[in-house]
Amino acid sequence: MDAFPALFGKTLDELNAVAIELGLPSYTGKQLAYWLYKTGVNSFEEMTNIAKKNQQILEEHYRLGVEAPNRVSTSADGTKKYLFTAGPGKFIEAAYIPDGKRHTLCVSSQVGCKMGCLFCMTGKQGFQGHLNAGSILNQLRSIPERAVMTNVVYMGMGEPFDNLDAVMKSCEILTAEYGFAISARKVTVSTIGIIPAMRTFLEKSKCNLAVSLHTPFDEERRRLMPIQTVYPLREVIDTIQEFDIGKYRRVSFEYIMFKGVNDSRRHVNELARLLNKVKARINLIRFHPIPASPLECSDESVIADFQEALNDRGIVTTLRASRGQDIEAACGMLSTRELVKSRNEEH
Amino acid sequence: MKKKLNLTKVKVLRQREIAPGVFVLSFMRPWDFVAGQVVGLSGSETEEARLYSIASGELDEEVDILYNINPEGRLTPWMAQLNTADNLWVSEPFGSFTSNGEPGWWIASGTGIAPFRAMFRTGLTNGKKLLHGGRDSNSFYFSDSFEQELGENYVRCCSREVCPHAYHGRLTQYLTGIEHLPAGEKYYLCGSAEMVVDVRDVLINKGVPFDNIISEIYF
Repeated sequence: MDAFPALFGKTLDELNAVAIELGLPSYTGKQLAYWLYKTGVNSFEEMTNIAKKNQQILEEHYRLGVEAPNRVSTSADGTKKYLFTAGPGKFIEAAYIPDGKRHTLCVSSQVGCKMGCLFCMTGKQGFQGHLNAGSILNQLRSIPERAVMTNVVYMGMGEPFDNLDAVMKSCEILTAEYGFAISARKVTVSTIGIIPAMRTFLEKSKCNLAVSLHTPFDEERRRLMPIQTVYPLREVIDTIQEFDIGKYRRVSFEYIMFKGVNDSRRHVNELARLLNKVKARINLIRFHPIPASPLECSDESVIADFQEALNDRGIVTTLRASRGQDIEAACGMLSTRELVKSRNEEH
Repeated sequence: MKKKLNLTKVKVLRQREIAPGVFVLSFMRPWDFVAGQVVGLSGSETEEARLYSIASGELDEEVDILYNINPEGRLTPWMAQLNTADNLWVSEPFGSFTSNGEPGWWIASGTGIAPFRAMFRTGLTNGKKLLHGGRDSNSFYFSDSFEQELGENYVRCCSREVCPHAYHGRLTQYLTGIEHLPAGEKYYLCGSAEMVVDVRDVLINKGVPFDNIISEIYF
C-alpha cells in the first residue's frame, strides 16, 4: 500500500491533476480537498459524495497518506507532545499547547536538523531527512485537537527554510479556503535566517515570520549558531526591512535567555540599536537545559530585568511561558529518546 | 550587503575526479575572496544557487570547488557532466568562516576539508593541526600536499577501514583519546551537522570553551 503516492498534502491544483489523470469528473479534485482537509475520514470509502467506482479507482492508484501518532505524552499543564514515525527508525514530534482560547500546534519540518545550533537538542540527532507537505500537515490532521486549533507554528524539529518547497506548500494548504482555512496571521514560520529562502517566503507567503536571534553580536552568534558565518544577522534584518512588515504580517525575534552569555545590559543596548527601525517584537524564551550543554538558563530576575529594559527602549518584548516541562519540553528531546531506543534495539 | 545572490557566468577550466564520485571543478578567479568563504553555484542565472566553500588559495589564479555527487540533488549530477569551456553560474564570495595565522585546529569530515584547503593554500598553516575524518582511504582529498607541509600535524581518521598513515576510528574517538586539548586555541569545524555537533560535544566535554569553537555546516 505504501508504494502508492499519498493524496494528503497535495494542493487543489495537484488534486485536480489527479482527477484528470485518472479520468474522474473534474470536480473530484475539490471533493478530495474537502475530505482530506476538512474532515477526519480515514478511507476512500468514507468519501460519500464520490461514486463507488471512482473510490475504487482512487484506491487502486493512491493512498490517503494520513498516519496516526504513535505516542502522546501529556503534561500537567495540558500541553501534549505527539510522536510520529517518519520512516524506519525515524521520529518527529509535534507539540499541542492550549492557552485559554488559543490552541497552538508546533510542527516539525524535518527529521533531525542540519543547522547544528549549540542549544538545540534536535541538532544532536543530525539530519535524517526532509518532511513533505503531507507529513508536515499530518501532524495537525491526525491529532484529536485538530478541530480546535487556532494557531500553527513551524518551530518544531528542523529548519523550515532548509525545506522551503514543502513548507511553502504546507502553508498554502493550511491557509487556503479549500484547505484547513487557518488565517495566515495565525501561522508562523520560524527560521535561523537562511536569506534566499526567507526572501522567497516573504515574497510569496503572507504567513508570519519568526527569526531566531539569540544575540545581537556577530561573534557571539557565530558560536551559538553556525549559520551566522554564511548569513549574518545584520543581512537577515536588512532583508526583512525590504518588505512591508507590520501591515500584512507579523515578524518576531526569538531570544533564548542564556545565563552569562546573552543576558547583559550590553545586549539590551545592541538589540535596541539593531532593531531600531524594524517593526517587530522580541519573544524571550527560557532555555530548557539539554544534556551535555554548556549553557544554562538565565535567572528569573535577570530575565525580568532584561524584558523590562527592552520594553523601556521601545521594543515590545514578551516572555514566553514555559510549557510541558514535565514531558521533555525542549524540542527534539522526545524524538531523540525514541531514536536512541530504536538504535539500541537494532544492535 | 548582498541583497541577493547575483550570479555571473564563468567558464569551466577543468574538472577532475579525485576520488570515486568526488570532483574538483576549476574556473578562472573573477573576484578576490578570503579563504574560508563560500560561493553560490547554479546551472543558470535564475535557478536557486547552492553554496560551496572555495577550496583554492587567496592568491591562486583559479577557483577550485570540491564537491561530491548527491544522487538525489539536481546540481551536482549536472556539474559532474561539465567539461572545459562549459558555462557555470557563480555568485560573489561571502561568509565569515575565516581563520588567521594563530595556532588552532582545523577539523573536517569529507568534503568539509574544502575551506581548510583554501586556508592551507593561503599560507595560514602556522601552528595549525589538521584533522580530517573519512570513511576509507579514498576520502582524504589533497592528502599529499597536507602531509608534505604539515607532517605530524596532519591526522587522517579513517572510520571504516585500516588505512596506512591514518588513525583507525572516528574523529570523535581520536579527539577523546587526546589527553590535553589546549583550551585557549581556536577550533574550526567543517562538515556534516552530525560531525560538527558530535565533535563540538567532545571538545566541550574536554574543557574547550564553546567561545573557541567555530563551525561551518554543510546544508
